[in-house]
Amino acid sequence: MAENHPVGFQWVMEARERGAKIIHVDPRFTRTSAMADIWVPLRAGSDILFLGALVNYVLTNNKEFREYVVRYTNAPTILRDDFKDTEDLDGLFSGWDAEQKKYDPGTWLYRSAPRKDGREFPGHAEAGGGHGKDRGGEAQEVTNFDWDFSMEDPQCVFQVLKRHFSRYTPEMVEGYCGVPKDVFLKTAEAFTSASGPEKTAAICYAVGWTQHSKGVQIIRTAAILQLLLGNIGRPGGGILALRGHASIQGSTDVSTLYDIFPGYLPMPFFGADSHKLKEYIKKHRVRIGLWSNFDAYIISLLKAYYGDAATKDNDFGFNWLPRVTGDHSHYGYWLDMQDGKMEGLFVMGQNPAVGAANGRLERTALSKLKWLVVRDMVETETASFWLDSPEVKRGELVPEKIATEVFLFPAAGTAEKSGTFTNTQRLLQYRNKAVEAPGDSRNETWFMYHLGRRIKEKAKRNPAPKNAGLNALTWDYPVEGEHREPRVEDVLKEINGWTVSDRKQLPHIQNLKNDGSTACGAWIYCGVFPEANRNRANERAPKDLLGHGWGFSWPNDCRIIYNRASARPDGTPWSERKKLVWWDKDKKEWTGLDNPDYKKDLAPDTPDNLDSGVGVTGLGGARPFTLHSDGVGWLYVASGLKDGPLPTHYEPLESVVKNPLYAQQNDPAAQKKERPDNPYAESFGDPRYPYVLTTYRLTEQHTAGGMTRTLSHLAELQPELFTEVSPELADEIGLEHGGWARISTARATIEARVLVTRRMRPLWINGERIHQVGLPYHWGYKGKAKGDVVNDLLAISEEPNVRIMETKALMCSVAPGRRACGTGGSPVPSEQDQDSLTAPDFVRAEQAKPPVPHGSGRLTWL
Amino acid sequence: MAVTAFLTDSTLCIGCKACEVACKEWNGVSEDGLDWSGFSYDNTGAVGHSTWRHVKFVENAPEPGFGGNAAELNSWSFSSDVCKHCENAGCLEACPTGAIVRTEFGGVFVQPDICNGCGYCVVACPFGVVERNPDDGRAFKCTFCYDRQKVGLKPACAKACPTESIKFGEIETLRADARARVEELQQRGMDDANLYDPTETSVGGTHAMFIVRGDARAYNLPPKPEVPTIYLKKAWTASAIGAAVLLGGTLAAFLAERPRSRR
Repeated sequence: MAENHPVGFQWVMEARERGAKIIHVDPRFTRTSAMADIWVPLRAGSDILFLGALVNYVLTNNKEFREYVVRYTNAPTILRDDFKDTEDLDGLFSGWDAEQKKYDPGTWLYRSAPRKDGREFPGHAEAGGGHGKDRGGEAQEVTNFDWDFSMEDPQCVFQVLKRHFSRYTPEMVEGYCGVPKDVFLKTAEAFTSASGPEKTAAICYAVGWTQHSKGVQIIRTAAILQLLLGNIGRPGGGILALRGHASIQGSTDVSTLYDIFPGYLPMPFFGADSHKLKEYIKKHRVRIGLWSNFDAYIISLLKAYYGDAATKDNDFGFNWLPRVTGDHSHYGYWLDMQDGKMEGLFVMGQNPAVGAANGRLERTALSKLKWLVVRDMVETETASFWLDSPEVKRGELVPEKIATEVFLFPAAGTAEKSGTFTNTQRLLQYRNKAVEAPGDSRNETWFMYHLGRRIKEKAKRNPAPKNAGLNALTWDYPVEGEHREPRVEDVLKEINGWTVSDRKQLPHIQNLKNDGSTACGAWIYCGVFPEANRNRANERAPKDLLGHGWGFSWPNDCRIIYNRASARPDGTPWSERKKLVWWDKDKKEWTGLDNPDYKKDLAPDTPDNLDSGVGVTGLGGARPFTLHSDGVGWLYVASGLKDGPLPTHYEPLESVVKNPLYAQQNDPAAQKKERPDNPYAESFGDPRYPYVLTTYRLTEQHTAGGMTRTLSHLAELQPELFTEVSPELADEIGLEHGGWARISTARATIEARVLVTRRMRPLWINGERIHQVGLPYHWGYKGKAKGDVVNDLLAISEEPNVRIMETKALMCSVAPGRRACGTGGSPVPSEQDQDSLTAPDFVRAEQAKPPVPHGSGRLTWL
Repeated sequence: MAVTAFLTDSTLCIGCKACEVACKEWNGVSEDGLDWSGFSYDNTGAVGHSTWRHVKFVENAPEPGFGGNAAELNSWSFSSDVCKHCENAGCLEACPTGAIVRTEFGGVFVQPDICNGCGYCVVACPFGVVERNPDDGRAFKCTFCYDRQKVGLKPACAKACPTESIKFGEIETLRADARARVEELQQRGMDDANLYDPTETSVGGTHAMFIVRGDARAYNLPPKPEVPTIYLKKAWTASAIGAAVLLGGTLAAFLAERPRSRR
């Protein structure tokens, strides 16, 4: 966190100064470890073992926050008798279809839950990326489930959890995470002792957890731990996702992802979702909780999209919405591109030629496009793949033969445009343009608005049915200035929503209607612009420690979501020290330091009515998790996760060891996308690749480097790619500090300078000394500071739920010296190196063809 | 006008180098080489004519179970170095043109339009801070953000520091804060925490104090910095004696010659 979020880390430092203990779990000793009290180095990819052992530690030592767990989680819920755990089936849950390689979640449901009808359960669609809605439990109707509040029933979630994690012991952690037992116990003690009525502990994570073939389940394990300890919905608790860069949270909220609309509403799928709005709503609406107003959210969105053209008679234009037809995630469409199935591509705010896994495939695929639009502040590697990529240098791509037409548009920088950032705690902060963008640089809003306007003009001339949606789309933002820029505040007003009849801004989510009388661009943001002249995201007058008055936090300016959990079931705070919201008996309403994330007048003693209640009222007065149909936190997720209801340790797709717990080596639902241009090492113990490789970022550079390698003041701080290795590994293979190393995986070989440091440590795994190799991935073949593209080493893989690739744990080999052929400023390879190169088949095929008549000769020496 | 100072608390420094960048940006100091050093994460090297703030990275071997904040083991520490703005500044005393002046804030400021590039200040600095720019020969170093202080702003480095490792304020207040902080750190078990503030030597205290753990030399802070002018008396006396002896010898030689020449 100190490495990649130094500004946010100031609050961790402040907490440390006030006595908080900081624990840092990371394979490397980083700048964060240097600020922590306890550093826990572990084998990359063994996170679920480690976290599962913490869960087991809590359960075996009775450290759970009992009353919280009984009342606010689904621990007492009883599961079906035919549910089988991974402990029973050696690494698989019941419902595995070996042929289709997917789970049917039928047996995972709660014992008395009626199964929702439908061929395919929400969240389990083949094409889905799993970002939408609350993820889970949707395969069952909510009802008064069977529960056992003594939590003794062997089929209740609490007991299932106990059995599931019983083999995740300190000994297992020592043997397979490489964490000495005493260090583990010290960590477990520190973490659990900071939890309970008087204390809370928070977990921060970033892509070190997400970018695994089981990333979602790693975070799920953390959620289980935090729920058991009562650390959710309470001040100082929580699980904080530190996003990769500014406003990733915002881009998820207002959805740049392929399978959701703004506000996490699911995109309709082709086939699976029928062509009737009513049935789409029936499938995704949940009777109880906040999602019971699903119809109001989607209909208001359709009204925002299509305005007056959206009427009850035409299902508010539901059928104009595009349908998801397959895996359109980054890797899904990139593989399609490689296979020649795509014509064109817009790349905005991204540099996949450097930043995405299997760089060679990424760049080669670009050459199959007819056109490529890149909008960026500089000419990135993606924009120039046809000219100076390693593939061109190696002769695999020949510029004269690439038909891709590249359009490079100069983009405005952060300070050159107005708009909002949404940070990890869901806080929207508006900022005004500081300076005009130079020359022809324009901001995204300008670009998208005018692109849309032109496409609409074109569509207007052709009233074919396929253009009906485009023609109906409202696209009437007021423009201003020399460049006719749309006013961003007007976009934010639309996102907030208004009443259709008089265009009055809506002050609160509960104002959204399902009859077409309101329009709202993203229901969760409703309230950010409550009056015509009040942009709450731009307010800067904090009133209290939680920051009310500074920006706007969705939903409804609640700074801590599910904060009803900060009070006992009877509505009084768990403790004076950790009080946040509570029930005011006199005024008969929820009140406190934060805006209550609960129905204001719903008394704590209101009984729940899960059988027939509707909306949040149906939850009664003591079910804080209002987005869940049963109003409690889910230790166990009955459906919606494609790889199981509980997290299970699986090894990375390439690993140094065999899974110590199960015969099932990898996450069964993860997709390797294995093909000749995306090869893998053997799944474990491949002698060609003996070391664990992990990739990461440095403070001084930013992601794929487009914004930092081009700036002299940042480029000079980390000017070259290096690899971090332990002195033991350097000794073993003869690496020289300051010299060069070649790092190879099944995909590629790159070279890097060698940084031998004690901050890397070999670990003892199952009695063997295992080396880990670290590589920051910022460099490429453009900019001031150049270096090999580390992501060329990675495989394209897809985690089953959100389709993220595995970047944090894979296998490599390392050898001293430079690699055979040079790119990016490296010296021309020697004769000897040239001889040792074997050209790929398609290059040789290319060479066998007659020379290009107009070409100035090949650039290659192959 | 308050006399001001920096207090750089290395126990709060996360090594982000924001101070280095903010300094260069504000003062228009250009990049000085894209060379990878291999010396921990430090590719800047040292304070010089083109680097006025420099974060030093000190690596010690870590042990599992001890983060860098553990009292028992200080594993990787960072400290942002800067011109010390000495009370008795060697550079200022050595400058023959009057280019180096003391500002109303107590800082030592090199006026670039007066500096003639003689380089006397470079050898006179006990901390090795001042350096000549090889292009035009003039000497450059931290200005204490004189321009910013003039209009009531903090120096750029202190403003950019996310963890308040670089504190800026009235010198005596900071000095008291620093002592209290060291005491607090020691009470937390960090027995090796200490304040670097050379008031006892001839520099007479500095306007840039440092809180470090362990031996300050590890952070490029000399244990006993002295202003070269303290050697003046000794040097002049020695010269005077030398001159007297020479003069005496010469005279004696002539006197001894006299009778012979008469012969």
